[in-house]
Amino acid sequence: MKKTMYEKIWDSHLVVDAAGQAPLLYVDRHLMHEVTSPQAFEGLRLSGRKVRNPHSILATMDHCVPTKNRDLPIADPIAKKQIETMAENCLANGLNLYDMKNPNNGVIHVVVPEHGFVHPGMVVVCGDSHTATHGAFGALAFGIGTSEVEHVMATQTLPQKKSKTMQVVVNGSLSKYASAKDIALAITGKIGTAGGTGYVIEYTGSAIRELTMEGRMTLCNMAIEAGARAGLVAPDEKTYEYLKGREFAPSGQNWDQALDYWKSLTSDEGAEFDTTIVLEGADIAPQVSWGTSPEQVVGVDGVVPSPESFADEGKRKACEGALAYMGLTANTKITDIPVDLVFIGSCTNGRIEDFRIAAEVAKGTKVAAGVTALAVPGSYHVKKQAEDEGLDKIFIEAGWEWRDPGCSMCLAMNGDELTKGQRSASTSNRNFEGRQGKGGRTHLVSPAMAAAAAAAGHFVDIRTL
Amino acid sequence: MEPYLKHESIAALMDRSNVDTDQIIPKQFLKKVERSGFGIHLFHDWRFNDDGSDNAEFELNKPAFKGAKILVAGDNFGCGSSREHAPWAIADYGFNTIISTSYADIFYNNCFKNGILAIRVSQDQLEQLMTEINANEGVRFTIDLENQQVITPAGNGFSFEIDPFRKGNLLSGLDDIGLTLKHEAKITEYEQHHKQNFPWLWA
Repeated sequence: MKKTMYEKIWDSHLVVDAAGQAPLLYVDRHLMHEVTSPQAFEGLRLSGRKVRNPHSILATMDHCVPTKNRDLPIADPIAKKQIETMAENCLANGLNLYDMKNPNNGVIHVVVPEHGFVHPGMVVVCGDSHTATHGAFGALAFGIGTSEVEHVMATQTLPQKKSKTMQVVVNGSLSKYASAKDIALAITGKIGTAGGTGYVIEYTGSAIRELTMEGRMTLCNMAIEAGARAGLVAPDEKTYEYLKGREFAPSGQNWDQALDYWKSLTSDEGAEFDTTIVLEGADIAPQVSWGTSPEQVVGVDGVVPSPESFADEGKRKACEGALAYMGLTANTKITDIPVDLVFIGSCTNGRIEDFRIAAEVAKGTKVAAGVTALAVPGSYHVKKQAEDEGLDKIFIEAGWEWRDPGCSMCLAMNGDELTKGQRSASTSNRNFEGRQGKGGRTHLVSPAMAAAAAAAGHFVDIRTL
Repeated sequence: MEPYLKHESIAALMDRSNVDTDQIIPKQFLKKVERSGFGIHLFHDWRFNDDGSDNAEFELNKPAFKGAKILVAGDNFGCGSSREHAPWAIADYGFNTIISTSYADIFYNNCFKNGILAIRVSQDQLEQLMTEINANEGVRFTIDLENQQVITPAGNGFSFEIDPFRKGNLLSGLDDIGLTLKHEAKITEYEQHHKQNFPWLWA
């Protein structure tokens, strides 16, 4: 039988598949951060169970960590306790932790690929919905809850329901100013935040092949925003080139054996997907979200839609609510919307390529009067590489703040946040109400679009620069 | 986990779609290292005014919905972040049942780990339930998981589908991990194969 890549990975990880119970799937890699793990460790302790395979785990601290003055104690006592608890739990269980002071520290989904910890064909989990990122390597990677974190620690498996398969084809090539972020937003706009529910998406087509590994990570990262369990891109020479020589990548004879296996993973010619969506790369304009859901997006040359433009009653009501929350009027040109704060960073767009592209736009500009601009690298390695390339100077000279790594304003747990009514251009992944601070208004964009908005003080069609 | 028993309870209505987990439990409450005590923060930013008083406009603050165990909501409930703090807050507030047309995957799984029955219904069924609640706020529905029935005073009863594995666990209140560990020998056997076939994963 012809199989999709998802089906191949699924089949090779089935431990138990018996009638009357949920199939049990083996987990190769377990990623951790401080927010969704403490209660799992507590559960393990209370039940007298142990971590089955400590080597399968890589942990970091990212959600609550300050992005400046790291040498000072964390001011928020509850966040401080969470950070300390993470360190204690990792020490007690012999886990590899890149803590706040570690030169490898950063956002979990940026750090893990940097060290080659995820390979094609693996099953990867993390108590974090953006685990989907690692599908960029052709690994089945998905977010889980804290009870499941405990389950995986104790058993190295998870009871799972098999997903349906969706193929998203992006034909042709992207235009010069569109990016992986714009593909992700355009897909979510097209199918909705529940469009992928119950599915694993495989992204195919020439525009996907042309993406760098960083771009593929951005794309897969936001599979969850379309409701999908996971996103996948078939591994190719770019994948192998990226992995080769990294700390946890196979080497020597193991490399050759791994490579043969990885090459066998791609979906068979003619394998059937349950559903297929097709986009033309050239049609994808730089996207800007206008509402409070990642499906509420439009091209930068568009306008804020009116509730009446939606036939569906639910979407019409959602549009009304979003416009009220966002303080926007229907039919306003996107390029007329002003911004107060610009954020470049997160597990979606906090990698070296994102800062290179943004720096290219920011070079020689000045942040507009009244605008605050934050550049928050996804990891210390990204930060160092950017500094080696002189990118930090470009941002600083343009009036940006150049910070230490962390999730920062993506979910505003660490004190970096919007105040009520403030409006951001953000390279993160969610524009939910209050996500970046209570009453804050988030517009999701690519790094180039964010950098252009910082200089202009409003959104700009970067194709006209 | 407590076994899920047949019950008759007030059904509260949230007539909104795409309720995300950032609303269910805003991020400022995710810093705790305990599992308990999240109920007082459920829907915090919607539920309370800036001065900390109850927001009278927010549906769950309606007196008729006090003590509700059943939450009826619009589609794609629980989308966004994987935070299990969301079902912890829902359960701690007092709900043990959610009825909607659809749920985000991770949230749906998380509910069942915490004794919450998430029932999927059709759009028509949802609308009937919503109409019945709107006509009679404080109305009590009966949930019979054993027989997979929702029963209402106006006769909008129907049966619902549920995965037998999830149903069994809810009814018995059994611990998932304990069930999985019954397969210990199979897991070990799988790992031995795995080491042979994928030595680089274990190097």
